[in-house]
Amino acid sequence: MTGGGFWTMGGYAAYVWPAYAVTTLALIALLLGALRGLRQAERELATLEGSRARRRAPSASAAGDLA
Amino acid sequence: MHRFANPARFLRIITAILPWSAGASAALLPLGLYFALIGSPPDYQQGDSVRIMYVHVPAAWMALAVYSVMAASGAVALVWRHPVAELVAQAAAPIGAVFTAMCLITGSLWGQPMWGTWWVWDARLTSVLVLLFLYLGYIALVNAFDDPTRGARAGAVLALVGLVNLPIIKFSVDWWNTLHQPASVARLGGPSIDPQMLLPLFTMAGGFAAFFVTVLILRVRAELLRRKLRVLRLAQAQG
Amino acid sequence: MSAFVAVLARDLRLGLRHGADLAMVVIFFVLAALLFPFGVGPEANLLARIAAGVVWVTALLAAMLSLDRLFHADYEDGSLDQLALSPAPLAVIVLAKATAHWLTTGLPLIAVAPALGLMLRLDPAGFAPLLLAMLVGTPCLSLFGAIGAALTLGARRGGALVALVVLPLVLPVLIFGVGAVEAEVTGLGAQPHLLVLGALLAAALPLAPLAAALALRQALESA
Repeated sequence: MTGGGFWTMGGYAAYVWPAYAVTTLALIALLLGALRGLRQAERELATLEGSRARRRAPSASAAGDLA
Repeated sequence: MHRFANPARFLRIITAILPWSAGASAALLPLGLYFALIGSPPDYQQGDSVRIMYVHVPAAWMALAVYSVMAASGAVALVWRHPVAELVAQAAAPIGAVFTAMCLITGSLWGQPMWGTWWVWDARLTSVLVLLFLYLGYIALVNAFDDPTRGARAGAVLALVGLVNLPIIKFSVDWWNTLHQPASVARLGGPSIDPQMLLPLFTMAGGFAAFFVTVLILRVRAELLRRKLRVLRLAQAQG
Repeated sequence: MSAFVAVLARDLRLGLRHGADLAMVVIFFVLAALLFPFGVGPEANLLARIAAGVVWVTALLAAMLSLDRLFHADYEDGSLDQLALSPAPLAVIVLAKATAHWLTTGLPLIAVAPALGLMLRLDPAGFAPLLLAMLVGTPCLSLFGAIGAALTLGARRGGALVALVVLPLVLPVLIFGVGAVEAEVTGLGAQPHLLVLGALLAAALPLAPLAAALALRQALESA
């Protein structure tokens, strides 16, 4: 760092910081979006497989619903 | 069910890669950020605004690299009828679109202090803009079908057609630009780049690439699960 | 060859029977182009400056508008399956259908383009290159459009989707089509632009039907 210091970015703060903010936010959004999609698919699959297991054993299913 | 045998092996491979790519991005991105914002000198002409380059240029590289990944997986999907390949292309597209948009936005933020305007119909900017349209067309096409397989296959053809077209589009945009070049615009980026700038540039590019691989793997895994869900639901509906 | 002629004749016959659809595309072209004087003002110099671009852009949009006709009806009523089963290569059939599309939309657009050029005060030197460029360029639109139409068969929100998919791909046609007129008007000569357009057409003529046939096969397989 020379000149204006870290936060002022030598007078270009209004451009440098938004650029890095956009980049960071975009990367975070990508990661969170991917993780959320994965979680959701995993959850749906778990419920579906759970219901299939219950259908095979109806008595267990009734017990499970009561619990 | 032979379609599942293959994805299972693929799933094992990408699951093994995931910790490495995630670790690499967790190490390289902060390091790149440090080099880019603190550990490198300002440019003697552009001052600290040159720091925008360390996210702008890697984003541009990624925009192109991801499209190549997409087109290559599209080709594999079409030639070898590899179901996982079309899935990879499909999962890569939104990531590529985000990198492309990132490149345009940071470019605009760099252009304002350097050129005095947020947007110039410069040959490179225009080409990247068209690349963004190609991505958006691909994403819209892939998601426009009730049957995800049909969408992914159509996308594979489009990615290939786009790849063949990309050099032609680039050529025509360059031609168009030399005809219409506004004289007042000062050109950016000299022929030589300071070696001190290469370190943040390449660290950041490496971080972006590792991050892309990480998110790609997560998205592919989610898509594999969604396909499995669909098959199960269809089986259930058919009794 | 006989399959090509048969499909071409059939599509032309069908196209002419639905003349209202064709008229709609041409009317859209005229209307959209003539909106520009209202948008930017009737000043002759300004209109002359943008005339070629306006004609080309609106021709592009009009062509997009007509694309869902290309395979859709045949896909719905199953005749596309019949055509795909016929011994003739699917690419040849696509080529025939694209040719029919060009004859029923490209040619009418070219026919009304001079009138639009007059009303938009196009430089007199620009008419010949505009028509020549359209003559070479609009077949490219039909060929690329065939890929887009085949890819989007069976999709939700067909119309806008075709435009979104095809428009970035036909950007070179627009650039060199307008470039031909501008070069001629500024005295540079339209020939290089027309040659590039010709090269585009020469490349698209064999390749686009192949890609469209590939896309059609997928559409038929998953239906």
